[in-house]
Amino acid sequence: MSHPDSTADSNRHLATFFMKNLYFGIEVHKVQEVLRAQEMTCVPLAPGVLRGLINLRGQIVAAIDMRERLALPARPGGQEPMNMIVRAEDGAVSLLVDEIGDVIQVAAGSYESVPETLSADWKVLVEGVYKLDGRLLLVLDTEKTLQLQHAH
Amino acid sequence: MEDNDLTKEFLIESTENIGRLDQEMVLLERQPGDATLLASIFRCIHTIKGTCGFLNFWTMERITHHAETILGQVRTGERELAPPLVSLILEVIDAVKRELRSIERTNEESGEKYEDLVARLEKAAANTAPAAAPAVKPLEPADQITTGRGPSVTDSTIRVDVGLLDKLMNLVGELVLARNQVLQFTSRLEDASLNATSQRLNLITSELQECVMKTRMQPIGVVWNKLPRVIRDLSTQCGKQIHLEMDGAGTELDKTIIEAIKDPLTHIVRNSCDHGIESPDARLRAGKPAHGRLMLRAFHEGGNVNIEIADDGGGVDTQHVKARAIQQGVVREELTDRMSDRELANLVFLPGFSTAKEVTSISGRGVGMDVVKTNIEKIGGTVDLVSHRGTGTTIRIKIPLTLAIIPGLVVSVRQERFVIPQTSLLELVRLEGEESRRLIEWVGTTPLYRRRGNLLPLAFLDRVLQLEQGAGDAADVLNIVVLQAEDRQFGLVVDQVNDTQEIVVKPLGKQMKGLNCYAGATIMGDGRVALILDVLGIAQRSSVLAEGRGAGRAGERAAQDSAGNERSSMLLFRAGELERLAVPLSLVARLEEIPRDRLEYAAGRPVVQYRGQLLPLVHLAGQLGTGAGQDGEASVQIIVFADGDNRIGMIVDEIVDIVEDEMRIRHASNRPGILGSAVIGGQVTDVLDLQSVIQSADTGWFEKSHEDRTYRVLLAEDSAFSRGLLRASLEMGGYWVSESRNAADALAKLRASRFDVVMTALDLPGDGAAQILDSMRKQPELARIPVVAVQPIQQSDLGCRPVAPGFSASLSRLDREGMLRSIAQLAQAVDAAEPAYIHNLDRRSESHEPPR
Repeated sequence: MSHPDSTADSNRHLATFFMKNLYFGIEVHKVQEVLRAQEMTCVPLAPGVLRGLINLRGQIVAAIDMRERLALPARPGGQEPMNMIVRAEDGAVSLLVDEIGDVIQVAAGSYESVPETLSADWKVLVEGVYKLDGRLLLVLDTEKTLQLQHAH
Repeated sequence: MEDNDLTKEFLIESTENIGRLDQEMVLLERQPGDATLLASIFRCIHTIKGTCGFLNFWTMERITHHAETILGQVRTGERELAPPLVSLILEVIDAVKRELRSIERTNEESGEKYEDLVARLEKAAANTAPAAAPAVKPLEPADQITTGRGPSVTDSTIRVDVGLLDKLMNLVGELVLARNQVLQFTSRLEDASLNATSQRLNLITSELQECVMKTRMQPIGVVWNKLPRVIRDLSTQCGKQIHLEMDGAGTELDKTIIEAIKDPLTHIVRNSCDHGIESPDARLRAGKPAHGRLMLRAFHEGGNVNIEIADDGGGVDTQHVKARAIQQGVVREELTDRMSDRELANLVFLPGFSTAKEVTSISGRGVGMDVVKTNIEKIGGTVDLVSHRGTGTTIRIKIPLTLAIIPGLVVSVRQERFVIPQTSLLELVRLEGEESRRLIEWVGTTPLYRRRGNLLPLAFLDRVLQLEQGAGDAADVLNIVVLQAEDRQFGLVVDQVNDTQEIVVKPLGKQMKGLNCYAGATIMGDGRVALILDVLGIAQRSSVLAEGRGAGRAGERAAQDSAGNERSSMLLFRAGELERLAVPLSLVARLEEIPRDRLEYAAGRPVVQYRGQLLPLVHLAGQLGTGAGQDGEASVQIIVFADGDNRIGMIVDEIVDIVEDEMRIRHASNRPGILGSAVIGGQVTDVLDLQSVIQSADTGWFEKSHEDRTYRVLLAEDSAFSRGLLRASLEMGGYWVSESRNAADALAKLRASRFDVVMTALDLPGDGAAQILDSMRKQPELARIPVVAVQPIQQSDLGCRPVAPGFSASLSRLDREGMLRSIAQLAQAVDAAEPAYIHNLDRRSESHEPPR
């Protein structure tokens, strides 16, 4: 998955979203659906990244706050996050993001591996970068993103 | 396409039949004359042979053909069904099983030719040494007509894919949730017809749920069926003779649970055959029949299913287990010294433990008993081993009926809802207003609530879960949910108790794996998610339950902790110059703080008006002669001891703490009022001799109690400390107590005067307990007096007290209430001139008797 040769083919489709002013992408086939803000049940004692649990048509789905995951400042009050439901090994997980973008096709030629200067945290989560017109698209490694350290 | 369907049908049918064959063959070996059985086996092999020929599975056709020939010969009485023949047929069955699996995978036979087997079969078929007498009478025509008892059953059943059942179950789960939601909405509306409809929906859903659950239920016999074969093979292999008995094969369990216990159960049975039951020689030497017995029992009990696997073998050699455990480094040596036999036997469940000297084909394959335990605990069950040297071993497995839908109590704290599984719930307590502040007592940072005379440790759910303190802090109502976690009880304080509901348990994702305080989640009537609390995890987190004790699940149990010497809660306090005094918390009724000016004097003694009565007080520091204690404080600390209406308060300087520790006296004391000193909580602590303090204070406590009739108890106990403790408990319960230090003295006292009950420590030197018992049972005038065995402190186990043979009851020294209750029962039984034997004071002891 994180191997650039296998992922950087010209037909790569990415589902994109915005966090603050940053632009992220996830393999489109990993995304199950996108939902508005959902009612959430908090999980006491869980790591802060785990915002809560939502009821996705009878399935219980953990919601991970991507602001927290990427160590970005908290979402301003009143701004409702969107749910990007991704498929994981043992069921679905929701990523709480600021805004949902389009599904875009990216060209292999614009791919570059993670810049060395990125912070250590980010280097783990970001698998590579696409240089688009006027902005960079950071591709997230979903597996690593969903891996949380156990707080307690 | 059509061929494929045929093959599939053949596979399903043959797998089913072949599974039955195993059992039938073994049965036939035992009852060689059973013509119906033989016919059934013959027919089954014949069918397989025929279909194989039709479907071009030639290898299978060939081997089943020979088996059919041999069985035919047996049927017509040409030969007897000797054990070697049975083994041969079983080999054929195995080969067929292998081929069936291969066909299932690849649609083809495996390619193996089974030349050796076929050769032996041919030889056997040709070599029809005429049987001396026909073993089986030729079938009479009538038999052939009435062969099928099955058709009526098979006609009314169909095969359903398990995946479909699982899906059905999930859908019903969703339906239950939707039903809950509908009910919640309609309860707010006042529409009669809508209400009626939703009630109907309610009923139908419940019924549907029950029916669907039933479709997933399977009798445990499904797993047991293959055991006769396993045991037959094993016993042949190790030259043992083992009779298998099964009771309750029809006990039904959810399919997922059946799947989960299959391997652990087989493993336990293998172990029992390999390690448990001795060789025929050894058995005869031990005065037992050459045939060993293995007993499987399954039964329902309160929402759980119990499975017992009992053998009448040699029992677990605890010394051997101990040595191995130490050698393998799974337990530290010094810990094993203080372990009871039962605890030693349960060491086999520790990870890394194996008694097998070498890996045999039977056991010691690396699948240890720890895996058995882990697998059973994974599905919410427990496993326990009780062994009696020389008479056998019983392993008890307790598992829930189903995992999918459970009743739960919905509570809320800080606007968050949580569900508590009903199985751990004992009772609900609601305290209002003034009461809520008055009845919760704090010792240091430990809140306690007095529940019918016992102190119940409390945990506040909001604090345990570190929820933010909301505005409604000064709540006027306190809701305590009394819960059972392992062998402990504790109270969980919540803001609100809502209601009970059937909830559908959904697992939590791996993101929450590290959290041991949740057992899962569910969806409530309003569509929101609620977390299900793991009572054990909560207890551990709130340190109501010491970490080590509860850690048995998930394989976290550290070896040293499982060595678990009996720990008890001790109240630590200060009086005068004695900085650290202790008294068992079980003896304490209440802790009070009373303004000094409320102390009064009656007849020269301090008293306080307390709940409309006068509470006599003892100045502990003064009584012990350790200085006057502090007088400057505005209020005094009082420890209240009670027995029925009889109360006494002890004025101490400060309540220090409550600690849970082992109660082991290191030095006896000469000082009046002090039993001796022990190391409690890592510090040297004096243990109060409650009885002597109360007696010397001369409060009339002992005279007052039980005017009608004072029962006389003879207490035989070597240790001064234990004697003091027991005597205090008994005398506070109103008994007259006489002490003996050894068996000879006890017997002399028994002859000299009348006693109602005899209590003897099991560890009385020189096997004194047995001496007393034997001697008493031989003397007609003493034979009817009940004799109670008192377990050594270090060895008694709170959970379970097997009654030693011959004793009327067996008690733990630290369970004061249980002790008094048992003694009262026994004493009254004597009064009522009933036989003084109470065989089972509680049901639990029943199962620990060796199987007969």
